[in-house]
Amino acid sequence: MTDTTSPTGCLISISGLSRRFDTRLVLQNISLQVPRGGVFGLIGGNGAGKTTLIRHLLGMLKPQSGSVQVFGLDPVTCPVAVLGRIGYLSEDRDLPNWMRVRELIGYTRAFYPAWDSGYAKQLLEAFQLDPQAGVKTLSRGQRARMGLLLALAHRPELLILDEPSSGLDPVVRRDILGSIIRTIADDGRTVFFSSHLLDEVEQVADHVAIIHHGKILLTSTIDQLRETHRRMTLRFPHAASVAPPLPGTLSAEGSQYEWTYICHGEADQLRQAAATVGARILDETLLTLDEIFVTRVLQ
Amino acid sequence: MHPTGTAAVQLHINAHDKLPIYLQVVNQIRYQVACGRLQPGTELPPIRVLAEKLIVNPNTIARAYRELEVLGLVEKRRTAGTYVADPGSPLAREERLKILAERIDQLLAESELLGVSLADVTQLLNQRYSVLTSQNSGDCSND
Repeated sequence: MTDTTSPTGCLISISGLSRRFDTRLVLQNISLQVPRGGVFGLIGGNGAGKTTLIRHLLGMLKPQSGSVQVFGLDPVTCPVAVLGRIGYLSEDRDLPNWMRVRELIGYTRAFYPAWDSGYAKQLLEAFQLDPQAGVKTLSRGQRARMGLLLALAHRPELLILDEPSSGLDPVVRRDILGSIIRTIADDGRTVFFSSHLLDEVEQVADHVAIIHHGKILLTSTIDQLRETHRRMTLRFPHAASVAPPLPGTLSAEGSQYEWTYICHGEADQLRQAAATVGARILDETLLTLDEIFVTRVLQ
Repeated sequence: MHPTGTAAVQLHINAHDKLPIYLQVVNQIRYQVACGRLQPGTELPPIRVLAEKLIVNPNTIARAYRELEVLGLVEKRRTAGTYVADPGSPLAREERLKILAERIDQLLAESELLGVSLADVTQLLNQRYSVLTSQNSGDCSND
């Protein structure tokens, strides 16, 4: 297999992508680079544009403007070369209901030359799926596991999961997140997943992007994101009726002498900024990913 | 004195915690080493194994191990494993004192808030020490 990468050396490279459905602008000038190896989490609420973005990666939608490259290829013009190397779990787990589990596995295998039957069998057992069961009789959790098996069994270079664990019980969620970790621990494969469950993003992702109303608000490593956002409560020498300005402020609330800021920046710079305006730091904490997301989206 | 085999390290990750996950791992291992639950010479689980067990990104575990190495609490050996370091090393002792210093800072801050003097705190400390030593202590199994 040819080792094709985009000019930027990234596995996924999106530049200036916009998409309109009728009059609604669903994606607005999206640019995103996903490095090879690791777990990239796309965070966004309902209707933020996550699924539309993923459908572009799979070549199911053609960019109206801008470009999308996966493995350095255009998924619309090279569907076989791109899709053969991707494992995909859709949000609605659209599986053919009229097949049995065994038949669906056999059918899917035919599309992938790299299908690993031993691995498929191993997953079948680990997920406790009955090969004779009809797909339509599967519970919600079993359906998710079935979809995951089909996405993993050809050991794809890139695993794309759209809201993989929304609406699932903790046991199935564990299976799914565990598969993500095993996939990347397994020699440099890449996972790209969308989610609005920030605790799971925090746990498994190393890079994140926040998407809101079709725009990417920020892209960062998780570590960088966590370290550069903090909540600081300051006491000022003089009473104020509005929050005294402070560099890096994302939001502020309080009254008189004490104001609590949510700021973006390096810890030292923020402390320095507080000292410069004559304030004393009463309290300083890091923010959870949840809090960072809410602050950024409300801004 | 040097147990062999990989330790069954008990760690609990809370993704809702304010502390980043790598720091949760660092702090819990720090604590377990300081109180002897993890003995010197014990091998920590390989990054990949711990990542899969905790369902945490392997980079996060790698970062935690690097941090522990910088603190002198663990050491990498040529055979690629990560082992709990000898507590006799000055860094490890420094580390234990550092953990205590953090706790003492909290205690002092709280004493000030409650209006309790340093002399009273010192007295209380001595008093608690006699109570605990008379009670057959030496156990630190709580988290």
